[in-house]
Amino acid sequence: MIRAVIVMNDQGKPRLVKFYDYQPVEKQQELIRTIYGVLCSRAENLSNFIQADSIFGPDARLVYKTYATLYFVFIFDSSENELAMLDLVQVFVEILDKCFSNVCELDIVFNFNKVHTILDEIILGGQVLETSSSEVVKAVEEISKLDRASNGSMLVPKSISGWTSR
Amino acid sequence: MAGPSLMDSLFQRSLDDLIKGLRLHQPTSESTFISKSLDEIRREIKSTDPQTKSTALQKLNYLHSLHGLDMSWAAFHAIEVISSQNFQQKKVGYLAASLSFHSSTDVILLLTNQLRKDLSSNNVFEVSLALECLSMICTVDLARDLTPEIFTLLGSTKSFIKKKAIATVLRIFEKYPDAVRVCFKRLIENLESNDVGIVSAVMGVFCELALKEPKSYLPLAPEFYRILVDSRNNWVLIKVLKVFSKLAILEPRLAKRVVEPICEHMRRSGAKSLVFECVRTILSSLSEYESALKLAVEKVREFLVDDDPNLKYLGLQALLVVSLKHLWAVLENKDLVIKSLSDDDPNIKLEALQLVMAMVSEDNVHEICKVLISYALKSEPAFCNEILGSILSTCCRNVYEIIIDFDWYVSLLGEISRIPHCQNGEEIEKQLIDIGMRVKDVRSELVRVGRELMIDPALLGNPVIHRILSAAAWVSGEYVELSKNPFELMEALLQPRTILLPPSIRAIYVQSAFKVLIFCLYSYLFPDEAVASSPSLPVDLDPGVTSSISPKEFSESSDVVVTEPLADREMDEGFNPRDISQSLEDVSVGNGGDTVIAHEQTSCSATLKKDYFTQESIVKLLDLVERTLCPLMGTHEVEIQERVGNIRGLTELIKQELPEFLVHKERNVEGVKVKALEIVKLMHDAFLEELGPVSTSAQERVPIPEGLMLMENLGDLEGICGDIQLPIPSQFCFGRPHSGGRESTSLFNQQTDEESETSYECTSLLAEHRKRHGLYYLPSEKLETISNACPPAKDPQHSDDVNDDGQDLVKLTEQSLVPKKKPNRAKPRPVVVKLDEVDGITIAVSKPESKDYLISGAVREVLLGNEVSSAQHKLPDKSSNKRREKDKLDIDQPSETKENLANVGKSETSTSKKSKHHIPGKERKHKSSRTNADEREDVQKDKTKSGHHNPRHKARQRADDNVDVIAQTPVIPDFLL
Repeated sequence: MIRAVIVMNDQGKPRLVKFYDYQPVEKQQELIRTIYGVLCSRAENLSNFIQADSIFGPDARLVYKTYATLYFVFIFDSSENELAMLDLVQVFVEILDKCFSNVCELDIVFNFNKVHTILDEIILGGQVLETSSSEVVKAVEEISKLDRASNGSMLVPKSISGWTSR
Repeated sequence: MAGPSLMDSLFQRSLDDLIKGLRLHQPTSESTFISKSLDEIRREIKSTDPQTKSTALQKLNYLHSLHGLDMSWAAFHAIEVISSQNFQQKKVGYLAASLSFHSSTDVILLLTNQLRKDLSSNNVFEVSLALECLSMICTVDLARDLTPEIFTLLGSTKSFIKKKAIATVLRIFEKYPDAVRVCFKRLIENLESNDVGIVSAVMGVFCELALKEPKSYLPLAPEFYRILVDSRNNWVLIKVLKVFSKLAILEPRLAKRVVEPICEHMRRSGAKSLVFECVRTILSSLSEYESALKLAVEKVREFLVDDDPNLKYLGLQALLVVSLKHLWAVLENKDLVIKSLSDDDPNIKLEALQLVMAMVSEDNVHEICKVLISYALKSEPAFCNEILGSILSTCCRNVYEIIIDFDWYVSLLGEISRIPHCQNGEEIEKQLIDIGMRVKDVRSELVRVGRELMIDPALLGNPVIHRILSAAAWVSGEYVELSKNPFELMEALLQPRTILLPPSIRAIYVQSAFKVLIFCLYSYLFPDEAVASSPSLPVDLDPGVTSSISPKEFSESSDVVVTEPLADREMDEGFNPRDISQSLEDVSVGNGGDTVIAHEQTSCSATLKKDYFTQESIVKLLDLVERTLCPLMGTHEVEIQERVGNIRGLTELIKQELPEFLVHKERNVEGVKVKALEIVKLMHDAFLEELGPVSTSAQERVPIPEGLMLMENLGDLEGICGDIQLPIPSQFCFGRPHSGGRESTSLFNQQTDEESETSYECTSLLAEHRKRHGLYYLPSEKLETISNACPPAKDPQHSDDVNDDGQDLVKLTEQSLVPKKKPNRAKPRPVVVKLDEVDGITIAVSKPESKDYLISGAVREVLLGNEVSSAQHKLPDKSSNKRREKDKLDIDQPSETKENLANVGKSETSTSKKSKHHIPGKERKHKSSRTNADEREDVQKDKTKSGHHNPRHKARQRADDNVDVIAQTPVIPDFLL
């Protein structure tokens, strides 16, 4: 299974953190720092793997890919294929690109919820469920539509409920 | 605190505002901004307005996830938000739960009903939210309570939901293995789905399950096989391959069946991921199929020559998998492997290093080590140490299995010690001492290497080498009789810069100096015995004791060994009396013959050697010892102080009695007893007792005496004896009371006498022990067996061209890696003492975790359609038979056990549903009835059973017949085999 998906920028600031087995938040931050420490020491044009057993315990593997200012990091175990995971990183980025049309770091910064929604459509509980970008985009659009609908319906009630709550 | 006001709601900062605010602040002021925002959130989250509340939670999600803030306090608020009717709010709530809830979140049970409601929602996206959340936070209780809902969703007609339910089932199984009984059939049915997404999800689940406990999934092999052959989806194929890589090991006939389809994929597929998975499966599980293996190795080679570093990296990894069983696969690619050692990518270098180490054998260890050392010298410190570390660990594997020429290896250790970045001091220390104890024949070389390390004052300044120096010092002291120049050793041991050493190591230096001193005195005072070959001891000792002591047969053989090298190395190593006399300031060479008694000298070299031990040189030595060690009497380190005290007591005694002795000696008076003489002899003999490797289990073999309570609390003892002495390090042959140091000579004298009694007692005990358990100690074998024909460890050819690895490479790749036997080995491998217990590899049997075991138990139960007992587990053929009869069973024997009935009922209903395309609503009704554990009504639907025209089932029916014929068939249906 996939154990974690982390997106961070080249300053080591996390932009998306999802651990599929529970980690206390301090541990999460520590892991992110450790990974960043390794990532930023690596030159370009090297392989996309990092020895992760010392960070995540035995059987853990890690792939990462760099896009502009962002590192996309996937941590997984022996039931996933390394190259398939690399493809998945690519798929994820392509989907982000479609959802935000020319995705950049700022899109991910300001769309915390949507990025989570997108990721949840691809991976559930550490299992890869959907790799077709069009399917994911379709679902994400539906969800956004629902979001907007519920938001719109709430615009007026919100103020009213605010008043009435007095 | 005032509740949230309307103003809070109206002017609430949104998540966007928060993010913008965070971006505006400098890292320094960021934390104050965050804590201010957190205060706002704490206020807003209590609002009665759901929108305000959910926005607050949204901000908290953000701060928790990306800034590491605690949000466990908001768990209840998250549940409130989840219960909102508003989709967006619900989503925020679920995100909060999945980010922060865990098994010990106490309010988690409050979520059960809401989850149940959302799982049954008509809105697929709400169902999807609930599934996502459940897969993250699943607990035993949630899993148990929601299993019916998940079961229903497994039969959903919407693949969007179905595949998510399938993925969630995995977590349910992990927490609540009993759910397997309910859901497993549906899971299996989905293997035949036409929807690739569904099959992929199910295969994902089976892959996870099978990797943990493969055996239970053997009965599903036909389904997996069909997918392997039919599927064109790479994701699915990869998962299926992973499952087969586990199953094929368990069932050879299955392996035979799958190997060809896998090869077909390997040939046909353009997807590197799939090809790699095929390669890995072949290499790890199907390597006995030669043609497949060849094909896989070919593919690996393609990976290795690829420009993509990822492929190169994975290719090397794959080779490592196969290196144990089929080394030829590595050897075939050795050129690429060695080239990868100088790759830019540290990962690739490390993999290549491991592979190179896998290729090491006794024939090529010299060459490979030489090449690796030259790489190490060029590499950055981290990789350099990796290289050195793997050389050390490879060479000492299985008690130095691959080392034939220990002289070479010991000098290699010396060489490694001097590599600037070497951080492996501890390992080298261990090996130097270990080799010293285990391999008798290498000791003279060991002493030489130790000497070279010790006489270099520069090394003392490097803390990482201190551990190695301690080994060198110990070796020099323990095997001083093999040293060519004890005086020089003494100087090295006492050199001023030893002050740089940590106290523990300095103590070893002092102790070694003690041993050297005793040796010199003994050689001087008893020249005949030092040279004589017989191990006979002075007659005035109790004969019983004498016989039990077996001194090392050092004297004669050391002379023999020394003879030739002495002449050879006179020039390069400063190894002649003149140098020594210079180093000892002014011992004149001329004095040489004076004090040496003209006994029968066996060889001229022995004379030469004995020439060192003149009266003057001994006096100088004693002076040196006193001069350098006396100041140490004041040290605070007891370990050092104690040992210095011992030496000082001895030197004072000797100085006092030496003139008397000399007088006797000059007059050639026989039989005069001088106290000092006896002490020196006693000490010398004590030090002669060999130290050997001790089995780690030796202690365990000592029976615990009756009435000894090992577990007793000894806290009270502290009050009774406050002054407990530190345990004395192992290199002492016998204990010596701590107090000896500062006492007057006469006292010391007496004491030593007394002690020598006890020491002999100890020695005799040791000797007895040794007799009884001969294998713990080195065999007492005549040293004559060493041939003097040992080539010098470093032949010039080896030492000069360190940087010329281009040539080395060529040489290495062309010749040395070819597995061949060297026609003429220079000399036989020396005896290496082994202890069975230590050296045997203990294989830890890992038991499956209880939950996994429970899952597999339930799986077996479902697959075999019967209650699982351990007996059945052992008799899979029988149970597989039963399993195939499951369909009949439920009709013919409705009075089966309740559990079994439930399973069967479920399986039938699910098939019926599938064939009839039941609508979800109906299913739900059906499921809720099951929640109440009223499984009986399931049976009523059994009539639909006849409806399925599944080819698989037909196949199974066919298989049934075969099973009856072949008694020993395992669980896999035979049509496959």
